[in-house]
Amino acid sequence: MTRKIIIAAFGAALAFFAGLSFHRSRHLREPVVAGPAVSRVVKLGDYSAPIAGTTNDVNVYILEGKEPGGTVLILGGTHPEEPAGRLAAWILAENAEVARGRLFVILTANRSASTATRLGGAYPPDFTIPTAWGGQRFRMGDRWSNPLDQWPDPEVYLHYPTRQELAYVDIRNLNRAFPGRPNGTLTERTCYAITELIRREKVDIAIDFHEAELQYPVISTIVAHPKGADLAAAAAMFISSVEGFAIGVENSPKALRGLSHREIGDATDAISLLLEAPEPFLDATRGRTDRRLLLTGKDDFVVRAGKRGLLFEKIDEKGWPIDVRVGRHTSTVLQILEIWSGDNPDKAVVLAGVPRYVEVVAKGTGAYLKDPKAAAPAKITYE
Amino acid sequence: MAAIVTAFYYLLTAYVAVLLVWNFLKKRKWQDEVLYIIVLVPFLLRLLRLK
Repeated sequence: MTRKIIIAAFGAALAFFAGLSFHRSRHLREPVVAGPAVSRVVKLGDYSAPIAGTTNDVNVYILEGKEPGGTVLILGGTHPEEPAGRLAAWILAENAEVARGRLFVILTANRSASTATRLGGAYPPDFTIPTAWGGQRFRMGDRWSNPLDQWPDPEVYLHYPTRQELAYVDIRNLNRAFPGRPNGTLTERTCYAITELIRREKVDIAIDFHEAELQYPVISTIVAHPKGADLAAAAAMFISSVEGFAIGVENSPKALRGLSHREIGDATDAISLLLEAPEPFLDATRGRTDRRLLLTGKDDFVVRAGKRGLLFEKIDEKGWPIDVRVGRHTSTVLQILEIWSGDNPDKAVVLAGVPRYVEVVAKGTGAYLKDPKAAAPAKITYE
Repeated sequence: MAAIVTAFYYLLTAYVAVLLVWNFLKKRKWQDEVLYIIVLVPFLLRLLRLK
């Protein structure tokens, strides 16, 4: 009996410490210091009641200029395991000054997905971006909504409203559930709320930040709905000539449903664009899946895969550091808005204070994260 | 419908957890006892909605 008690105590300790780790990861509060242009922080549920009060009733940061103009929506955290997207959105919310127009920023579009990591993926529960004031910790997250929030998965996922058959697990993938529906799953309700925001606020351009494994052919690119093809092509040309990195353009395929770049463009008046940056952490051939790989993007196995011609993006011993990936997103947004504003002066969105690619690479992402301890309490919100 | 399936899912999880505890109590070899305790952990974490 004594032996059974000892073994049971061992099991209880195992469950306690594992549970503590999962609980801390799920409830890690990430502070955001509202930037100079943030006039209001509202909830996604303000646009669609069925999402109100749920884990995905996330913050929407509204940045308004003194002069009227167009309206742009930035989506970070559609896939939280692609952290450059969240971090680039974070930099916009904390740093952007808006001279004309309005910018809506969502940092964690699928908050539920940010509270779990991939089953069997051995992901770290969180990561820290170094800053001059010590560092800021973020949840690692997953591609799919947390099963604790949406369960069960069906045998077959039929996308609404097209009824296209998709992978069963993608019923929890925010970027396979647009335009969503108000009485659907948590993920569909989240997509519907975002679509409603776009309709009600008359958003002109919706930009969805992502990262991709190097074995995925859609990488280092702007995926554009046909309405935004010219804008994306012009931005890609300017970026490739003046920003210090190359980016391509892909047309949003008509036959692949549920993705933001297709469904937002079809369901609303907005131009929908999706940005992809390279993230070796996601590659199937990667080695140890830890915080170092997430932040440095350096992996010998992925480099070897590249030497064997298995990748769609270059990689060498320098890897793809997080600052490079974040900087690609900030510069791409700035170029898109500069071209859009030049072509549509009555709907211009003019930003200042947002670092470009070369600045983020030179100073690091952490240089543009604000210290919550040094900020007025009224300026702080939590993700 | 999803709520009903979810309820059954948690009932099934609890049932398996009880079976694992029962087997843990019945086993005589310490290796089997450790095995059942380790297998029990993820079931407990799901029942407690921690993972």
